[in-house]
This record gives sequence, structure tokens and C-alpha cells, in this order.
Amino acid sequence: MDKLEIARWQFGTTTVYHFLMVPLTIGLSILVAGMQTAWLRTGKEKYLAMTKFWGKLLMINFAMGVVTGIVQEFQFGLNWSSYSKFVGDIFGAPLAMEGIVAFFIESTFLGLWIFGWDKLAPKVHLACAWAFSLATVGSAYFIIAANSWMQHPVGAKFVDGKPQLTSIFAVLGNNTAVWAFLHAIAGAFAVAGSFLVGIAVWQLARKRRSERADDPAREQDRPTWRASIKLGGILSLVAFAALLLTGDSQGKLMFQQQPMKMAAAEALCKTEAPASFSIIAIGDVARSDCESVKSFTVPALLSFLAHNDFSTEVKGVGDLVGQYEAKYGSHYPNDPALGEYAGKPIDYVPNLPVTYWGFRLMIGLGGLGVLVSVAALWLTRKGRYPRGFLGKWLPPVALLAIAAPFLANSFGWIFTEMGRQPFVVAPNPTGVDGMFMYTAQAVSPGVTAGEMLFSLIALASVYLVLGVVEVFLITRYVRAGIPGVLPPKVDEDSDSDELAFAY
Amino acid sequence: MGLHIFWFCLIALTWTGYLFLEGFDFGVGMLVRGLARGDTERRVLVNTIGPVWDGNEVWLIVSAGAMFAAFPAWYADLFAAFYVPLILVLLALIGRGVAFDYRGKVENPRWRAAWDAVITIGSIIPPLGIGAMLGTNVGGIPLDAQGNRVGSALDVFSLHSLLGALGVLGFSLAHGLAYTALKTEGELRERARRLLRRYGIALLLPLLALLALQLGTIVTGIGFVLAVLGALTAWWRTSAGRDGQAFAALGVVIAAAGVTLFGSLFPNVLVSTVEGVPPLSVAEAASSPYTLEVMTWIAAFATPAVLIYQAWSYWVFRKRIGVRHIPAAHAPKAAA
Repeated sequence: MDKLEIARWQFGTTTVYHFLMVPLTIGLSILVAGMQTAWLRTGKEKYLAMTKFWGKLLMINFAMGVVTGIVQEFQFGLNWSSYSKFVGDIFGAPLAMEGIVAFFIESTFLGLWIFGWDKLAPKVHLACAWAFSLATVGSAYFIIAANSWMQHPVGAKFVDGKPQLTSIFAVLGNNTAVWAFLHAIAGAFAVAGSFLVGIAVWQLARKRRSERADDPAREQDRPTWRASIKLGGILSLVAFAALLLTGDSQGKLMFQQQPMKMAAAEALCKTEAPASFSIIAIGDVARSDCESVKSFTVPALLSFLAHNDFSTEVKGVGDLVGQYEAKYGSHYPNDPALGEYAGKPIDYVPNLPVTYWGFRLMIGLGGLGVLVSVAALWLTRKGRYPRGFLGKWLPPVALLAIAAPFLANSFGWIFTEMGRQPFVVAPNPTGVDGMFMYTAQAVSPGVTAGEMLFSLIALASVYLVLGVVEVFLITRYVRAGIPGVLPPKVDEDSDSDELAFAY
Repeated sequence: MGLHIFWFCLIALTWTGYLFLEGFDFGVGMLVRGLARGDTERRVLVNTIGPVWDGNEVWLIVSAGAMFAAFPAWYADLFAAFYVPLILVLLALIGRGVAFDYRGKVENPRWRAAWDAVITIGSIIPPLGIGAMLGTNVGGIPLDAQGNRVGSALDVFSLHSLLGALGVLGFSLAHGLAYTALKTEGELRERARRLLRRYGIALLLPLLALLALQLGTIVTGIGFVLAVLGALTAWWRTSAGRDGQAFAALGVVIAAAGVTLFGSLFPNVLVSTVEGVPPLSVAEAASSPYTLEVMTWIAAFATPAVLIYQAWSYWVFRKRIGVRHIPAAHAPKAAA
């Protein structure tokens, strides 16, 4: 592997991994703040139990999201120093804002929330929960605005061969960013919805019911699990609807902004009018000539997805390659900074199997997640629980389905990032001429392949170990149920010096 | 004063603020195995920084982010040159961050011992790596005219790297001892005090030596003198049993160190040790005036708020913690 490939693998690995934690953190933070609000307003014990139980799982996950996020802030400089220097005037600003505005709030108020149960007035303590959860949403906006600039550069002009910021409002108000943000937030709630449903259904169906104070499957906790299923199920449904709507708008934008990415999403080799949407393909989609692929399609649907009518032409990969070569050149510049890529022909076609299947897995797994959530919601309605076959298989299926929206998120990002290749900053068709950057130009020139390989292996190994630890801990707390987070009070001595929570 | 100079000062401030804040929580982390006796004392130490360490660490992220936004080449070339040390720092920060949260989540001495080791090592590596980077930044890095590192990963290390690494490590440990004395009670507090009194000055020597290398202007001279006075005051106040004043005096040491180090770097952000390669100046490295203006607005509104609510969180958790405050361990049992 050359440096570029190692650097890309490292970015892909660390970012996809980080984004396993992020959606759950965002979705669950808001939900836990909502649960605590419900508890304060109604005083019902089940809402306190929900706050504590889901809050504990949130904390286990939050820690991982925070620490893997630090890597993100550093690796632009570490692996992509040429990129950082090229786009720094624009790209650095949202990143710095994310830290100054969002991360400070997130970290400080999270600490206050975890340790402040007995130190703050209930309303102030609740406000801390809202502060850190809204800050997670805010941080998502800034980082997606930064990413969207790479997808669709706006608000910049060329000065001395480098993009220079002309309007921060254009960058933060980038239409690409607005839709991508809404889509990502909807994705975060889809994750949180399935998470609630999967775990709560499993708890609800658990045997060994008793009234014993330390029984992890207590009779008295049933209302807590039912409320969680209801919340999660409805949330999954709403989130999925939002995903479809925002995804559709994003798609229409992408057909204008990065036509090649969308053609690659379809593995659409030849231009079609009207264009049909491929549901599934049999054969090898890697070749852009369609020779060996048989695809099951819905006629004219792709025209609708791209342009809102059933007849408009959609350009295929083959035609687009010609257009891109005419506009951006057929060979990399003969620049020594490009290393072995200097003067080589440019391959404008993204990795088709990844984009084609990534796109379908994103939609398919997202759909699967909501399907199971809604089924669980229906089967447990009004205090019911199905007998026999359904009752037996619902908990394991719901648990497994937790993975679906996580993976859908990953595939969505893999699709959108790989679909942008060979560009790291994709050219904006209506933007400033020449404002784009090839990924091959972006990598740090002074860093050796050995250093990068070392860090890739080290990071991946640590991530792997910590991933196992996180799943282990979450499983343990899930099994322990409500008594695991709300220990039965031993003494009612209110003069105790003990802290309400301590590590 | 141009905005680029303002941002240079602001970045000097965020790095110094970072070393001040996370300095003591690194120090506490290093002491978890060395100073504490038994699990309850370890938990006392961890809990003195429990609510605040994450907020402290954001100062690092913001330092990096502010460099990226205001001086992209400074951020990119410095980090790429210090690739391996920074990766080790990141790995350490990852491990230590989850360790605080996870160590008490399983009721098993080996589990806790493993995470305590992660906390200890994870608190030693970052001050070494960051100290080496900041020290070398001031002393000079082998960079070519494009700002890319010349030579191997090891070629960046110099006397400045060594003093920077040991300087920040020693300072962090001293500050951690002062913080422990300030935030705990009973025996733990006495032990921390005794160690600080005995070894405090020695721990600060590498940092003072690094500052001595940078003498030459009035500003760096003032910083050096203040750092020496701060160190002596810290020793004097801790001998008098005034934990808060000793802690504050050590704060003066790191603030003065920030003045001397960044003061000696100015008016440059990167100095190359390769012959014939000119230094990269603050003005050359700066982002466009518009970007700096945007960032200044953000900083103007957000920074005071950050300082207020972070200070408030320290106020909320202002009480000393002792063994008597630590509740019985509560972790879910293994599957029944």
C-alpha cells in the first residue's frame, strides 16, 4: 500500500468508528434529557428509572465518542497536511467553532450532569442535560458544514492559488450542509430508536420476574420498558420518514453538485432518459461498461429521484467521465508533490461496488431497522406481549436489529465519502473554476508510509479492544436492568457525607 | 495590532490554559498508583478530577482547532512533523479518557488495576509528547521550504524536545500534587504536600532550563523571572500549608512559561533548523483577515461564556474529597 492508501484507510477506519458512537450519543442525549424532563414534570418513578438506565448506557458510549473524536481534530494535520494548508482558510473555521462553541459546553455540562445529582437544584441539573445534549447537535452542524464544503465548496474565492473565505454565512448556510445535517440527525434518532426498542423488548420478555429489590427483571420495571419501547418505536418511525425526505432532497442536490457520485450510486453506465432505478444488481458492478451486470429496475424512478419528474435524462458514468476529463483534465499535473501520481491519468469513476452497494445497504438497513421497531411497537401495544413463536423470536430479532441503523449510517458515510473520489474537495459545477483538490494531492508530504502504517495499526488495535470493552460493559448494564443503576437504598441517612455519584 | 498578532496571542493563551488545566489532571492521573494507597484512595484521586478533566481536555482540541483556523500551515506542518509523538499522545488520551469512566464499572481488582495502569501511562505520555512538540516548536524543526519535515521521525528531536518533554511532565506532576493537596483531605493531602515540598523545585527545573534557553528579549526575561519567582513562591506557600496559594503560584509558573516560550517564538510560528530555509512568520502563516475577523467574533462571544461556566463547574465541585465521601462501589454483577 502506498501512503495515500494508508492515509485513506486510516481516515476511513477512525471516522467510521467514531461515527458508530456519535449517532447514539446525539440521539440518546436528547432522549435522556427528555426523560429527565418528564420525570421532573410528572414525578413518575418510571421516568427516573428511564433517565438513569438509558443515561448510564449513554455515558458508557459518550466516553468512547469523546476520546475517538480527539483523533479527528488532529488527523487533518497529521495525515493530510497539504489538504490542511490548501483549505485551512475556510475549513479550519467551522472546526475551531465546533470546539469553542460546542465541545466546551458538551464536556463541562456533561461533567456537571454526571456528578451534580445532589449538588445542583433539580431544574439546574436538568438544564445541564439539555445543555450538553443540544451541544452534541450543535457540534454535528459545524463538522457537517466543514464536510459539506468538501462536497460543495461555496463562499470562497481564489487568492494566490488558494481558496480564501469570502462568506462564513455561505459556508454555514451551504444547502449541502443543511440537508446533510438534517439527514444525519434523523439517522441519529433512528439509531437511538432501535437501541431503545431492542433492549427494552428484551428486558420486557425476560423470565424470572419477581418483586425482589435487586432482581434485574423485576415486575415493577415493566412500565419502564413499555414506555421505552413506545418512545423508541415511534421515534424510529418518525426518524425513518425524516430520513426519506431529507435523503431525497440530498439526492436531488447531489445529482446537480456531484453527478458522478449519483451515477456511481446507481452504477448507471449509460445515460438514460427516462432513467430507471436499480433495486439490485446481479454480477460485477465494478466495471463501468455494464457488460456483465443484470439489474432489476423500477422504470423512470431514477429520473424522479434526480429531477422530480419521470422523463428527464440522467447522465451515466461513461458520459460523465468525458465531461470531467474535458473540464478538469485527463491527467494529474506533473507536480512532484503528487509522488507516483504525477502525470498519471485520472480515474474519475469512484469505486463502483462500494458506492452501489453502500447506497443500497444504507437504505435497506435503515428500512430494516424501522420495520423491526414498528413490529415491536405493534406487538407490544396496550400491555400485550405475543405468545408462542413471535414472542420467542421478537427479543433476539429486536436486539440484532439495533445494528441495522448503525450500519446504515456507516454505509451512508462510506458512500458519500468514497463517491466523492478522486476528489477530496469536489469541484462545484457552478462555483469558482479550479477550486477543487484531488485526494492524491492532500496527503502529508513529509510523513513516511511507515509512520502512517504504524499509526493505522496502533489506532485500529486500540479501537478494536475498546470496542469489545464497550459492548461488554453495555451488555453488563443491560442485563443488570434498573437495579443496576438505581440501587435499592440501604439507609435513609440524609446526613451522609457520601457523594451521590463517584467514579 | 493586526488580528494575526491577536490570534497568535490567543493561541499562546489556549495552549497555556491547556497546560495549566490538564497539567494538574495529568499529574493526578500519574499519582493514581503512586500516591494513593488502596482502592478508596485511588477513587478519591480520580474523583477530584472526575467532573472536570473532559472540559480541561477541550482546551487541547481548541488549541489545535484555533491553530488550524488562524494559522493553517502552523497547524499542519507542526503536527505532521511530530507525527509519531502525537499519535502516541492520542492513544494515551483515548485510553485514559475511557479508563476514568470504565474503571469502576466492573467489581474486580484486576479490571481496576488494568485501568489504573492505563490512567497512569495515559497521563505520563501526553505531557511528554506535547511538551516535546511545544519545546521543539520554539527551538526549531528540520523543515524544508514547503514546511515539510526533512529526515525521519526521529530527526525532530533536540535538546529543546527533551527539556520540553521533561518540563511539562515535571510541571504536571508538581501541579497534580498541589491540586491533590488542595482537593483532598487527611493522609492523602499530607502525602501530596510532603512530596511537593520535597521535590517541587526539582520537578520544575527542566521547564526552567528550557525557559533559560530562550532568554534574549525583555518579554522572555520577564517570563523567566516570573516563572522562577512562581516556583519559589509555590515551595514557600506549600511549606506554610497554604495549598490554594501554592496551586496558584504554580499557575503563575506555567503562565510565565507560556509568555517566554511563545514570546521567543514570535514573530514566527515555525523556525527551520535547515540551513537557508527562512522561518515562517506569524503574518505569512495567518489566514485571511476576513477569516480572522469571523473567528474573532466567535471567540469574543464564546470565550467569556466558556470561562464563566467552566469556573462555575469548579465552584460546584469545590469541596475537598476524602475517603469518607466515597460511596461503596456499585457495579452490576456478572450475569446471574
